Amino acid sequence: MSEVKEGLYYSESHEWIKVEGDCGYVGITDHAQQALGNIVYVDMPEEDDEVTQNEEFGAVESVKAASDLISPVSGKVTEINEALEDQPELINQDAFGNWIIKVELSDKGELDALMDAAAYEAYCNENL
Amino acid sequence: MENLQKTCLYDNHTALGAKMSPFGGFIMPIEYSSIIEEHQAVRQHAGMFDVSHMGEVFICGPDAEKFVNHIFTNDVSGMEPGKILYGMMLYPTGGVVDDLLVYKMQEADMFLLVVNAANIAKDVEWITAQQTGYQVNIDNASERWGEIAVQGPEAEKILMQVLQLPVEDLVFYTFRELTYEGETLLCSRTGYTGEDGFELYASPELTRTLWDKLLTEGHVTPCGLGCRDTLRFEVGLPLYGHELSADITPIEAGLGIFAKTDKPEFIGRDVLVRQKTEGVSRKLVGIELHDKAIPRAGYEIEAEGRCIGTVTTGYHTLSTDKSVCMALIEKGFSTIGTEVTVRIRKKVFPGTVCKKRFYEKNYKK
Repeated sequence: MSEVKEGLYYSESHEWIKVEGDCGYVGITDHAQQALGNIVYVDMPEEDDEVTQNEEFGAVESVKAASDLISPVSGKVTEINEALEDQPELINQDAFGNWIIKVELSDKGELDALMDAAAYEAYCNENL
Repeated sequence: MENLQKTCLYDNHTALGAKMSPFGGFIMPIEYSSIIEEHQAVRQHAGMFDVSHMGEVFICGPDAEKFVNHIFTNDVSGMEPGKILYGMMLYPTGGVVDDLLVYKMQEADMFLLVVNAANIAKDVEWITAQQTGYQVNIDNASERWGEIAVQGPEAEKILMQVLQLPVEDLVFYTFRELTYEGETLLCSRTGYTGEDGFELYASPELTRTLWDKLLTEGHVTPCGLGCRDTLRFEVGLPLYGHELSADITPIEAGLGIFAKTDKPEFIGRDVLVRQKTEGVSRKLVGIELHDKAIPRAGYEIEAEGRCIGTVTTGYHTLSTDKSVCMALIEKGFSTIGTEVTVRIRKKVFPGTVCKKRFYEKNYKK
């Protein structure tokens, strides 16, 4: 069974965002990493790139397939998690402990479109 | 998920908690633990695969040899019982209907054709349509046979110790018709992983018995189709629908050695003879990327500012830690060492044409 963490916002495409002030850390959920299997590459944007809510900003590649990363919010990428360049498997080990990008949110109102932990858990159970 | 068939081992897979997915019209195990662990188990020890989805078609009758030679690229003339040949069935265009193994059975005038799951219906229809003028009987026995592949350097020891099968002196690409608990069992020294190993064909009931025994007494790692693909890819073995198809000839795929154009006749021969003498415009090559991004099937290969072909299969290889692919590209760029690029999503990554074998096979011959 996959883990869901309280205090985060979740998207239907299985990304999470942890908001701190005007910034948010974005990663993929435990459910997503389990579905993907062994992750061998993370295709990340560069710092200062703009991301848009519900649009692709990179990809997570498991052994067998590439899966697009969809941004849960709009804003500017202020940091990427460089540790994933050499150790993409960190996401398999701890999906919530290993964010992929840090974004400066351009519109915090966009968070209203996301789910909380309880809603996301119910969403995953419905879509098994 | 409509109309998906289950193999005789379906309940065994779900009991093991396998991740199941459709493949070739069947619901099949993709992985049990992880593709990487299962891949390494086969390379280093042994793993077993449910390949009961593969099709078994028996051809028998007075014209069996002549008929198989008519529809098959390799040469079965005078083939001894117990021998196995790899080859293809072709359309008159030289495109591939399917790639398959042909087993010469003990019975005179009897062959077993082992074909890809996704192609069973198409193949049987094709074979039947070529039958006119040949005295043969075509028996699609696919649903009566299960199949387990036991692959890896310890496969021989396991079959001898756990199943007491006499396989020590079984030569690569040969098979034996054995009896196990009173039932027929075909055991061949073949596989699709680049490692030494065996394929066991038996009734669904016996297949389940063998699987359980290998699992509980042999502690053989159950392996899904996920690592079956990474294993075959690394050693450059083709997969129908990727490296071979109705639009790709064996010559373009670099498999001309399995098309015996010195045979007087077989379907597709004329095109292959022409391609062998005049050359082909496309070739299947390997490409190694300089970056970690992964070239996936269908991605475009570019050179001189234009598209020169597409990726047929690509992975980050597990045995050598490199991003590589097989790709069908214009022949002018197919020389080893040629610099090309692969378009991966929005970016373009440089790579070098290389041999399409990324890991050396470890067969016991």
